[in-house]
Amino acid sequence: MKSLNFIFTLLIIASVFFYSGCGNGSENGTGGAMSYSNAAEKVYVAPGEYDEYYAFFSGGFSGQVTVHGLPSGRLLKTIPVFSVDGEKGYGFNEETKPMLMTTFGFVPWDDSHHPKLSLTKGEHDGNFLFINGNNTPRIARIDLTTFETTEIIQIPNTAGLHGSPYPTENTEYLLAATRFSVPTPQKDVPIDSYKENFKGTFTFISGGQEPGEMDIAFQILVPGYDYDKANSGKGPSHGWAFFTSYNVEQANTLKEKNASQYDKDYIAAVNWKKAEEYIAQGKFHEWPSEYYHNYYDEKTHMATATKKKGVKVLIPSECPGLVYYLPAPKSPHGVDVNPTGEYIVANGKLSADLTVHSFAKMIAAIEAEKFDDVIDGIPVLNFDAILAGVVESGGLGPLHTEFDGRGNGYTSFFISSEVVKWSLETYEVIDRHPAYYSIGHLSIPGGGTMKPWEDGKYLIALNKITKDRYLPTGPELAHSAQLFDISGEKMELLLDFPTMGEPHYVEGILASKIIDRQVKFYLLEENEHPHRTLIEADTKVIRKGNEVHIYGTLIRSHIAPDNIEGIKVGDKVFWHITNLEQDWDVPHGFAIMGANNAELLIMPGQTETLLWEPKTEGIYPFYCTDFCSALHQEMQGYVRVSARNANTKMKWRLDEEVFGE
Amino acid sequence: MKSKGSIFLAVVLFALMSACGGGSGEKEKKGKFAPPPKAKPMTYEEAKADWKNQKGLGPVKSIDLGEVESELAKKGEKIYVLKCTACHAPDKEKLGPAPKGIMDRRTPEWVMNMILNPEEMAMKDPIGRGLLMKYNTVMANQGLTEEDARAVLEYFRTL
Repeated sequence: MKSLNFIFTLLIIASVFFYSGCGNGSENGTGGAMSYSNAAEKVYVAPGEYDEYYAFFSGGFSGQVTVHGLPSGRLLKTIPVFSVDGEKGYGFNEETKPMLMTTFGFVPWDDSHHPKLSLTKGEHDGNFLFINGNNTPRIARIDLTTFETTEIIQIPNTAGLHGSPYPTENTEYLLAATRFSVPTPQKDVPIDSYKENFKGTFTFISGGQEPGEMDIAFQILVPGYDYDKANSGKGPSHGWAFFTSYNVEQANTLKEKNASQYDKDYIAAVNWKKAEEYIAQGKFHEWPSEYYHNYYDEKTHMATATKKKGVKVLIPSECPGLVYYLPAPKSPHGVDVNPTGEYIVANGKLSADLTVHSFAKMIAAIEAEKFDDVIDGIPVLNFDAILAGVVESGGLGPLHTEFDGRGNGYTSFFISSEVVKWSLETYEVIDRHPAYYSIGHLSIPGGGTMKPWEDGKYLIALNKITKDRYLPTGPELAHSAQLFDISGEKMELLLDFPTMGEPHYVEGILASKIIDRQVKFYLLEENEHPHRTLIEADTKVIRKGNEVHIYGTLIRSHIAPDNIEGIKVGDKVFWHITNLEQDWDVPHGFAIMGANNAELLIMPGQTETLLWEPKTEGIYPFYCTDFCSALHQEMQGYVRVSARNANTKMKWRLDEEVFGE
Repeated sequence: MKSKGSIFLAVVLFALMSACGGGSGEKEKKGKFAPPPKAKPMTYEEAKADWKNQKGLGPVKSIDLGEVESELAKKGEKIYVLKCTACHAPDKEKLGPAPKGIMDRRTPEWVMNMILNPEEMAMKDPIGRGLLMKYNTVMANQGLTEEDARAVLEYFRTL
């Protein structure tokens, strides 16, 4: 009887065991159409283990960048870029406010679109990440040793900086194009004078590999279309840049209808080596355009905003051979160049087929002058003369293409919501997989470079619509990305994971390329902040009229000084706080009751400044916000605020030591 | 019989689970919080009485001290002022103990290991753990190099 029981128990265990899968894979019908048990193994990163890839996601209309690990999809960091961030005090503390200065004043938000990693010899070098702000045209640099935004340059003569910041093969330039043509330079004109007055520009930004040196190298004035996306040539096509356009109709109202009248729009192919020659020859116009260049110095821990004036502008009709138009099917969106640099893919975003142009044929057509038209001095090449092939996709609404290292392209289809894998050799479709839902960009780590990482192991789908994929959260739902394994013949969906804002685009890089260059903390000895306090004995409070400067320090687990008296209503109080820690992962926060801005979040060895303007008398506590030690809750202090006309003496103290007037 | 049966069941269950490649087959992880050694650790009082043999835990195994080198001590004082004075006054207790007279109660190896490896010292060293209980806080690791710590030690010798 006992042994019967035992056998019965064993049978139950065995059946449960086999039913639950053990890697055998049961088809699950909840919208992924794949074997989940295998997928779970592929994306599982055990506790304490690292992901294989860093992935830098656009924060979309949050204006930021988020860093995720792949294949887990785990969120590692939010990097504030174009929008203020109370968590880190970015744009609120005195040090980073200058980062968001523009000719329009302080602009505390933007719409970030395309994170692009710096390139050396056409490959990701792991030095920097760049990203564009679409609304108030700007490009930011993020230093990959600190994962902080260290530089922002405003792009003048531009409205809607969408096609950006694509780097050239060695990051000689970052590309930028104006999405909304506007009067250039700006002026007050009737909107229906569009055809007469509105122009577009392409901008080439230099200094991508030199921190603090980003600048407008030159701009090219082009016809008033909408310029959408950009990409650089590579290998044989190095020296060229490509920009898609739509609205060749030059409509200025109800563009949804009026900008989609013609069968073809154009890819502008720019010979930027030629542009350099024209600049050297002085064939440019000097325009008095103004723009800001903002730079965060890691030694002073401060940003400086510098207003600059003057850009060099080239006009194609005066510069033969500078720009050509390559016809592309109606209203193309992305323009992508394959790893060998020979194929240029740009598809009509309302069409079914993919159009692949040949760079070699383009050069031959230019030499043979196979021009169908000339627009404002820009020759339009014959479509058939440059066409390499057409992929009959069976999908609808192709947007973007990236590549693996095995001769395949992967194109996102927005309308039919799928990824289509096709061969660059046969132009035949190899595989297709639905994306949930309405995929915009897709990205293969390194898939836009000359050497995709691991020849293309993962593909990330950046989806515009989430619908029913997650627990509902009221009217506004999570935005989401999806991870595919593309190492085999068939694409395999591995993971859905939420992202911040609209996850417009992402670039991934093998973690080993940047993991070893991480800064762990800032050396106190190298702190050159003008208001630094390197030792506790130097903490002090100084009044200059209505301004009070408090020089404080933080170390586990106290704030020095921690009792301050003599502040008066109406004072502008500047808290210059230095974190004296010299160890990894010991930031301290600093917050004071009623502050109208945010907290400070100060890394070890760093100094930051919070402006505080107390409005009523009383005692105000301040404290460390980032749980730092066993006695974190004790890390606090008080400020006494007296009436404007009170004669409270200025004094400050820590423990028995009292200082002051 | 009953106990043999359940042992057998456990063995089968274990075999099945580990065959699946998950769970119990996981390789052992190294971490800070390793189980304590079997032998009964010294108490704070015992270790203090035995201080001449207590070298602490960390990179410094053996130091031979000669005459005090004043240049090295000056360098050590600079480092001490920058990295340590937020919590330690030279000659009176602040948030942590004063270094004055420390050479009469700790070995040079212990002092340097405490500077260089304070987290492990607070967890595992009997004196380090006693000091944690006394001062309620783990001393901050201020990122000194071994060379820096040696200079600070020399400064302590002049106090």
